[in-house]
Amino acid sequence: MDLKQFSKELRLSALKMAYDCGKNGSHVAPGLSAIEIIATLYGDVLHYDVNNPNDENRDRLVVSKGHCVLAYYSALNKVGFLSDEDIASFETNGSHFHGHAMRNLANGIEFSGGSLSMGMTFAVGLALSCKRKGLSNRVFALVGDGECDEGLIWEAAMSAAHYKLNNFTVIVDRNKLQYDGPTQDVMDQIDLGEKFKAFGFDVTIVDGHDCDALSKALKHTSDKPICVIADTIKGKGVSFIEGVKEWHHHTLSLEQYEQARKEVENV
Amino acid sequence: MFEITKLSARTCSMLGQRGSIFGQAALEAAKEDEKFILLTADLATLSGMTKYIDKYPNQFYNIGIAEQNMIGIAAGLAAEGFHPCATTYATFITMRSCEQIRHFCGYMKEKIIVVGSGAGLSQGFAGNTHYTIEDLAVMRSIPNMTILSPADGASAIKLFELACKEQGAVYMRLTGNLNCPMVYKEENEFKIGKANLLKEGNEVVIYAVGTMVSAAMKASVLLEDKGISVTVYDMFTVKPIDREVVNNAKNYKLAVTIEEHNKMGGLGAAVAEVMTEQAGMPRLLRCGIHDSFDLACDYDGLLAQNRLTPELIMEDIITKL
Repeated sequence: MDLKQFSKELRLSALKMAYDCGKNGSHVAPGLSAIEIIATLYGDVLHYDVNNPNDENRDRLVVSKGHCVLAYYSALNKVGFLSDEDIASFETNGSHFHGHAMRNLANGIEFSGGSLSMGMTFAVGLALSCKRKGLSNRVFALVGDGECDEGLIWEAAMSAAHYKLNNFTVIVDRNKLQYDGPTQDVMDQIDLGEKFKAFGFDVTIVDGHDCDALSKALKHTSDKPICVIADTIKGKGVSFIEGVKEWHHHTLSLEQYEQARKEVENV
Repeated sequence: MFEITKLSARTCSMLGQRGSIFGQAALEAAKEDEKFILLTADLATLSGMTKYIDKYPNQFYNIGIAEQNMIGIAAGLAAEGFHPCATTYATFITMRSCEQIRHFCGYMKEKIIVVGSGAGLSQGFAGNTHYTIEDLAVMRSIPNMTILSPADGASAIKLFELACKEQGAVYMRLTGNLNCPMVYKEENEFKIGKANLLKEGNEVVIYAVGTMVSAAMKASVLLEDKGISVTVYDMFTVKPIDREVVNNAKNYKLAVTIEEHNKMGGLGAAVAEVMTEQAGMPRLLRCGIHDSFDLACDYDGLLAQNRLTPELIMEDIITKL
């Protein structure tokens, strides 16, 4: 699969969803930063079968960073888990598609996101379970760097190393910008990679918008749990959204949507 | 299936509710179900799990002093088809990991048996951090939770067996200490959502839960000595509450709830919620823990301070009659 092209399609889909949900607004920038990570996972790394979503041997992806649904739902749609009608119902009354995803294996969704750090501990539980079952699959948790402020991330990390979960990979979408501003100003993480190393992880730091680098890092195996820190830009791909904290959750006007779409298409 | 006999009731009384479950019932659960997994947060020794760990080391995880992570990992196990039971002190499991229980058990409907021990005031000189006077209020307001609180050691095993068979998540609130008073001394039926009638009278109806069932029975004897006829129900299912027996309150002069929990939000509140929907209900006396944190005191002294001894319960009932 051409991951660059797939990423472009996801970014366009994410922008359309953001525009279509109108005045409700959505998590625009945190969805855009995770596009290449999600594209690489679904396009090149994860083992899954849309026609057999309960397959015991499938890889599990836990999107703990629940506020990247624009990228997540778009990928689930492109690979066939969700219909066009499903994602068109995003943030409409009576829809199964909230602003944060709800667990539904038929939809390819392993975890109900929204409360930060919950996915990390849940994913450790899944990885432990898969080990108990003797499966040779892998379990991935996608977290944000702001999410790493949560103590539960580190409780879970400690236990992943303690139980020698070399089937577990945590991916940090390090976009360096949280709700209230730069992560460094809100709560400086000093050296996130060293922290995960100290917690017993095999750590790789990559450009989170380079699909080849992501693919290599995510396919890497180890005798330890793995941490891939993906350095990203919040709002990646749209000039007026990149690095602007107000775009964490925002509405997209028609004019803004058109401009954003053009910028992405012309890359 | 555990059977209550004079001997087993006495053994369970000695072990207390926690010891009965983790020293006996959990071993049976692990023996019958290889998917049963026990998790604790550094409370294995105190909970009497030594025998369990020796016998079923592969069906046990000590997650360390990390209650939130314990519930998260238990949820992951449940999602993959295992049958986890997670336990530590009630105060920490229901409040430190409150949101994990809400998220995984309530929202995601992962079946975990959450066992909180030492609830109420039984931790005595350990102090206010170790008392649990809010857990029923907190757990009751989470959708999809069933809440059980046994009256004694033997019924703790009975309820644990029911919790294992229940479809959804269960919070088991364990009260009292070692050598807890016996309520059930012979075989008795237990059904989730259905209170047990322990004594039938016609003036006062007492709805009691946990250790306070024994106190209610003792208080009822004192009241009968004064010519007051009393009904006592063991309300071991706090949620869903047995509405039918609460509706029976209209046949009495006074309804009383007794619980080792803050007067707010627990059994008394659950009973009041049902009673206020009906016309012709009597006055409701809610006996429970005062809404405060106290100075150091032993368990018996704390119960007395909160007027939860049989004598003081009797006095308060007579005052309200």
